[in-house]
Amino acid sequence: MPAPGSSTADAVTGATPAHTKTGPMAVSMRGITKRFAGGVVANDGVDLDVAPGEVHALLGENGAGKSTLSNVLTGLYRQDEGTVSLFGKPVSFSSPKDAIAAGVAMVHQHFRLVTKFTVAENFLLGSGGSFDAKNAAERITALGKEYGLEVDPNANVWELSVGEQQRVEILKALDRRAKILILDEPTAVLTPQEADALFATMRRMTEDGRSVIFISHKLHEVMKVSDRVTTLRDGRTVGTVVTKDVTSADLARQMVGRSVVFSEDDVEDRPEVDPSRLVLDVLGLSAVGVRPQSSPKSVDLQVKAGEIVAICGVSGNGQRELAASIYGLLKRTSGTVKVNGVESKQKGPRESTALGLAFIPEDRLKTGLSASLPIKSNLALKGYRFAPMSSGPFLKHKVIKANAEEKVKRYGIKCPGIDTPTRVLSGGNVQKVLLAREIGANPHILIASTPTRGLDVGAIETVRSLLMEAARNGTGVLLITEDLDEAMALAHRLVVMFEGRIAGEFHRGDFNIEKIGLLMGGHSGEDGAA
Amino acid sequence: MNDSIVMAVLISAIFYGTPLLYAALGEVLAERSGVLNLGVEGMMLMGAVVGSVISSRLDAPGPIVLLVAFLAAMVAGALTALLHAFATITLRVNQTVSGLTLTILAGGAGLSSYLANVWQLKDPATHQFQRLNIGGLKDLPIVGPLLFDQTLLTYLSWVAVAVCSWYLFKTRTGLNLRSVGESPSTADAMGLNVVRTRYIHTMIGGAMAGIGGICFSLSIVPTWVDGMTAGRGWIALALVIFGFWRPLWVMVGAYLFGALSSLSLILQARGFAVPPELLDSLPYIMTVVVLVVVSAGWSSKTLSAPDALGTAFEREAR
Repeated sequence: MPAPGSSTADAVTGATPAHTKTGPMAVSMRGITKRFAGGVVANDGVDLDVAPGEVHALLGENGAGKSTLSNVLTGLYRQDEGTVSLFGKPVSFSSPKDAIAAGVAMVHQHFRLVTKFTVAENFLLGSGGSFDAKNAAERITALGKEYGLEVDPNANVWELSVGEQQRVEILKALDRRAKILILDEPTAVLTPQEADALFATMRRMTEDGRSVIFISHKLHEVMKVSDRVTTLRDGRTVGTVVTKDVTSADLARQMVGRSVVFSEDDVEDRPEVDPSRLVLDVLGLSAVGVRPQSSPKSVDLQVKAGEIVAICGVSGNGQRELAASIYGLLKRTSGTVKVNGVESKQKGPRESTALGLAFIPEDRLKTGLSASLPIKSNLALKGYRFAPMSSGPFLKHKVIKANAEEKVKRYGIKCPGIDTPTRVLSGGNVQKVLLAREIGANPHILIASTPTRGLDVGAIETVRSLLMEAARNGTGVLLITEDLDEAMALAHRLVVMFEGRIAGEFHRGDFNIEKIGLLMGGHSGEDGAA
Repeated sequence: MNDSIVMAVLISAIFYGTPLLYAALGEVLAERSGVLNLGVEGMMLMGAVVGSVISSRLDAPGPIVLLVAFLAAMVAGALTALLHAFATITLRVNQTVSGLTLTILAGGAGLSSYLANVWQLKDPATHQFQRLNIGGLKDLPIVGPLLFDQTLLTYLSWVAVAVCSWYLFKTRTGLNLRSVGESPSTADAMGLNVVRTRYIHTMIGGAMAGIGGICFSLSIVPTWVDGMTAGRGWIALALVIFGFWRPLWVMVGAYLFGALSSLSLILQARGFAVPPELLDSLPYIMTVVVLVVVSAGWSSKTLSAPDALGTAFEREAR
């Protein structure tokens, strides 16, 4: 219950509440500062006010401090400075348990679900009451009906799609009578249609008087669903605005501090496709994935020199397995792969490298690079076995050093020195090291798996222009991405994968986000009538 | 009929399998919380030596001495496990390194031998766990010697299997425990206390290993011998995998290994000319085979190890 005469009354004057409701804010965070070991200040005096019954967007780039702020609100982190009040009552959470008890729930970007448990068992975790899976199952079914979030309570979580897992998370929050629900980048794993369904659910929840904090960096979604927006940049609050009073360009400027939005119109000097040279020819490729839905099934795929082909789809539909099996990291059960006309014999990455295949895996620091090796060694990983980097069994350190210095300069890698362990670099610079090594070998084909994930805007631009430059030099680029905007901005051709199959193909000029979304969600492309 | 060789093997399977069962059950609980404790051998020896000294020195009626020895062995095992818990949960030391250190520290050439030396343990334990003929049923064919002529330690181990099974799969606390071993960050976000859960179960694991120790020093051998568990702690660790982290399967495994380790004695006693070295190595060969089979991907998703096994938990990881 709101405490009368609380201090929040004058605190909200800084931002105009969207709703004319009087009374205390559902959430009022004042001057939140959170520092991490190593001197990183993730939040620096951040203010946030969320009214009851509103969808409040928290906008900002990666690393702007959105997740840290919400982790403070859910009791996962403890702020170093600042105060938090809920409905006018000051609170101090020392663990998530306190936050749950106070009615704050969060749907994390990485779901907090035990995948080996059933949906019902996940419901039983942590909440009070007896071990009664049947009762939990009934609650799940009832809540699911009420909010349009239906899910089988007896299914194991690992058998569910990502969208369904998200539904479980939201249901869990509703079940715990959360008054404030935080959704951290909830649409990142959804098709456009699934995202729309989620927005409807969010609306339904605010009608009940709940508050929803929607964390995102996707401007069009923020514009579509939120009542008010608070923008963070570099750990500080830029401001809070009423959504209908601003344009997405205003928000973009607030978010990045300058007016850059990378869109397809910005691409000048698009690489020219050389139709006569087929650099990658995949025929009838099948392989066994981690789940049946992610096993590539007789995939045909051609990439020409200078062409950028984007593979789109909801994560877990076989994109990762396709890339790995083309590169030779995953055994193909059938099908052929030809690189520039030469057939791969599936002998593994060394053969692929020799054929002119280059690969940017999605996990840069685990699969792509050796985190503890110095930059110069990582840059030499592809060439150290041959002259000029080695002679017989001996390495030629001078050549390796010169190679590293040249690459650092050419690709603008910001680092203390070429002897620095690669892991200390920022995400963008790590990716540049990887790109320098892979593109530097002048491959026929470059497979890039979600190369911009987790990078900040500046680094994203650099990575994208490096991909474009590689294509301009005649490399065929196979870009695997979950970011449709990225695919539409860069690709000549866009291929949609669903459950391991190619579900559809679109050429530049012909991109239709509606159709692409339907295909990503497993609907047939033909008018949806069938 | 009760004297047949099959019966002899079955009887000793239970006799020799009991310490394995205790140690492996305890390890199941610890590993279900995500803590791999390779110090089982050391914890067993600590329990064995402490139980031994109480049996020989405490001046009290037999049942009381045995009760005190039983409890003291649990405390000794739990305190040894506490070292591992502190190192791996609080200080986030690598669990493999810490567990190995524990076995070396407390093991055959370490603390347990030192204590035995200080306490001058050399005679057979004054009080031992004797076979109890329950309700005079031990002469029944087949089931008599198997079910009604065991030591109290064995009867208690059956209770322990039932309790662990029920706890893990039928209670809320057991569900919480399993979630801590599968995904500590989920458990944490659900408001569970990951650190406390791990401490408690690592220590319960140690206490049960301690009971496994007195199975040797107060029942099987029953004189203190340095390093008397002779590698059974390692077999217990393999049994956890063999039993897919499930108490009932672990019991099956423990008796299978118990049978194997007694086979050479029984065959020799009956005059079969099988090289004893070959038979003695059977449990270890079996361990290798089991580990290979289980690790070869034969186990399905739901039968595999807890996902967070061996990893430290840190909330403010960044």
